[in-house]
Amino acid sequence: MELTGAEIFVRCLEKQGVKHVFGYPGGAVLPIYDAFDQQDSVEHILVRHEQAATHAADGYARATGRPGVVLVTSGPGATNAVTGIATAYMDSIPLVVFAGQVPTALIGNDAFQEVDNVGITRPCVKHNFLVKDVKDLAMTIRKAFYVATTGRPGPVVVDIPKDVSTLKAEFHYPKHVKMRSYNPVSKGHPRQIRKAMELMLSAKRPMLYTGGGVILGNASKQLVELTKALGFPITNTLMGLGAYPATDRQFVGMLGMHGTYEANMAMHNCDVLIAIGARFDDRVTGNIEKFCPTAKIIHVDIDPASISKNVVVDVPIVGPVDQVLKAMIAHLKENKAKPDAAALKAWWKQIEEWRAMDCLKYSTDSEQIKPQAVVETLYKVTKGNAYISSDVGQHQMFAAQFYKFDKPNRWINSGGLGTMGFGLPAAMGVQIAHPRSTVACITGEGSIQMCIQELSTCLQYNLPIKIINLNNGFLGMVRQWQEFFYQGRYAMSYMESLPDFVKLAEAYGHVGMQISRPEDVESALKEAMKIKDRLVFMDFLIDPNENVYPMIPAGAGQNEMILV
Amino acid sequence: MRHIISILMENEAGALSRVAGLFSARGYNIESLTVAPTEDPSLSRMTLVTTGTDQIIEQITKQLNKLIDVVKLMDMCEGEHIEREMMLIKVRAVGEGREEIKRMADIFRGRIIDVTDALYTIEVTGTSSKLDAFIEAINTGDIIEVVRSGVTGIARGERALHV
Repeated sequence: MELTGAEIFVRCLEKQGVKHVFGYPGGAVLPIYDAFDQQDSVEHILVRHEQAATHAADGYARATGRPGVVLVTSGPGATNAVTGIATAYMDSIPLVVFAGQVPTALIGNDAFQEVDNVGITRPCVKHNFLVKDVKDLAMTIRKAFYVATTGRPGPVVVDIPKDVSTLKAEFHYPKHVKMRSYNPVSKGHPRQIRKAMELMLSAKRPMLYTGGGVILGNASKQLVELTKALGFPITNTLMGLGAYPATDRQFVGMLGMHGTYEANMAMHNCDVLIAIGARFDDRVTGNIEKFCPTAKIIHVDIDPASISKNVVVDVPIVGPVDQVLKAMIAHLKENKAKPDAAALKAWWKQIEEWRAMDCLKYSTDSEQIKPQAVVETLYKVTKGNAYISSDVGQHQMFAAQFYKFDKPNRWINSGGLGTMGFGLPAAMGVQIAHPRSTVACITGEGSIQMCIQELSTCLQYNLPIKIINLNNGFLGMVRQWQEFFYQGRYAMSYMESLPDFVKLAEAYGHVGMQISRPEDVESALKEAMKIKDRLVFMDFLIDPNENVYPMIPAGAGQNEMILV
Repeated sequence: MRHIISILMENEAGALSRVAGLFSARGYNIESLTVAPTEDPSLSRMTLVTTGTDQIIEQITKQLNKLIDVVKLMDMCEGEHIEREMMLIKVRAVGEGREEIKRMADIFRGRIIDVTDALYTIEVTGTSSKLDAFIEAINTGDIIEVVRSGVTGIARGERALHV
């Protein structure tokens, strides 16, 4: 039987097992929305801005490991989605973004609500498609999901002209898809794995440095097993938090620009560095010339282009992280091999000395609320079990430093692109994926205002997110840089005329709270967590002068941190 | 170092812009670029000349391979290969110079493919440096127009780029 393109679209999503689509209607996608209305296996979440649709789908994907799905209209619908697409691209998050397009006959005519969406999104997608014939629609959708979710994941955009969704074709959803030009690696090379193991076992000062790839590759279990078996110190990148339990003794904290003293010093002084699913980002390496000067480097990554891109490595292994880690564990068992215990003991003694510096300590004798204390208390009150989304800035770093993630997929933040406005819509996606879990969005008064309109979506779908607004009246990270590097000239980092967030939350139909005294932090958080069925917006008025420490200034090496 | 990279890619709309976009986004050089379908109409073959250190060339080939439309590629300079470029050059040919230009075209095994009483249009094929040498050999003032195809190349012997 022949179906219209719009019907085919909906059937494809069903076949693909999609449960939720985040989107916003418009002229070019009206036929698709009409088809949506006549089925009930896929739920559509109506956001208030297309940027939020992509962030919500992104949060959904990060919290579940399943691809996030977005549907927007042509022109401004598509361009609004671009920030979210770029955010997902930088963090390798699987998204499939469907956009309407003007009818094929009008493409290139500067038609109403026309943009060259394939052209605009090309540099920030894993791949994109323009469907010109309804006969190709099902296969293209199948390919889009396949490309988005395999290999190094990423966003895929599918542009669907309006006439393609109204014309008819036979519906057949292909079970399998094979593309001669796309064959992700399925197995790390055994000889390289053996070489890596030999190098690791000969190390005197080994260091594990693991990133978001471990979470994306669903390899947290294997990472914990290998790390325990080796007894090596381990650090996670901002994107990798939760892949290894933060409360475990072998975990030395996050590394990088605002990482711990012990993590960065261990990186700088190690003799064998084992990088797993991490990409040597500039926020991690600091000055590349001074990076890990004494280390031989092993790098496991599914993307060959990530290897030796920023830092030349000695033992590259291209393959899926879970498979490579399993092979490493098997190698240890088969060879009954053990690392050098005496050397490791001395190395740990050194690391414990660095750790004893207690680099994250902050003053608690202030009259004002310290942002670190809010995050620590949130951790305590939620027993470390919440899903935490964040926006971008100082609050993001405090969240990463002070909320100890013991499980993967719990820490939802825009690491690569650093997108303010990400936190609230991402939290919506997480809450929709896990309706009974506690979801908190740690944000600031700058970031939250970039997608504040989503408070309306939260009411419509009854999403009981807890918003932790660390309000210091400043764009905190900008202010910190201006204080350190621009002689305290605070150009445009101070926000006057902030809204009354309590009233604002109430206007949107939610609960608003304002907390200004340190002694009220815990009781307020407890009270908010008791409200299970409503969104609570908690406006914490915090110390405006607090900075994020430690800090590696731009151009410095990992051993050149500014401590408090 | 100069490298000639040959790429087999899906003959899809926009495939060329993915390659061009990659080079501009990542700041790689393109000296020349040619593209045309192969004997299999579903495949295009692109030949790209670029320069860079070994590390940059390695990144370029990895990033190209990562493009979904790219089926296969080969760095011609990794082995013995043949390189060819075609040039059409229109030169003023009057008086004593007319015979001289004809001789020069013969030396370079060029062919005169269009003639007026004042002009020759010459076709020359060879490596890029041979074409450069031909341009050098002609008096600059006599050159009216130059068009070059960009480099194409093929590996010698058994080595081949095919699906």
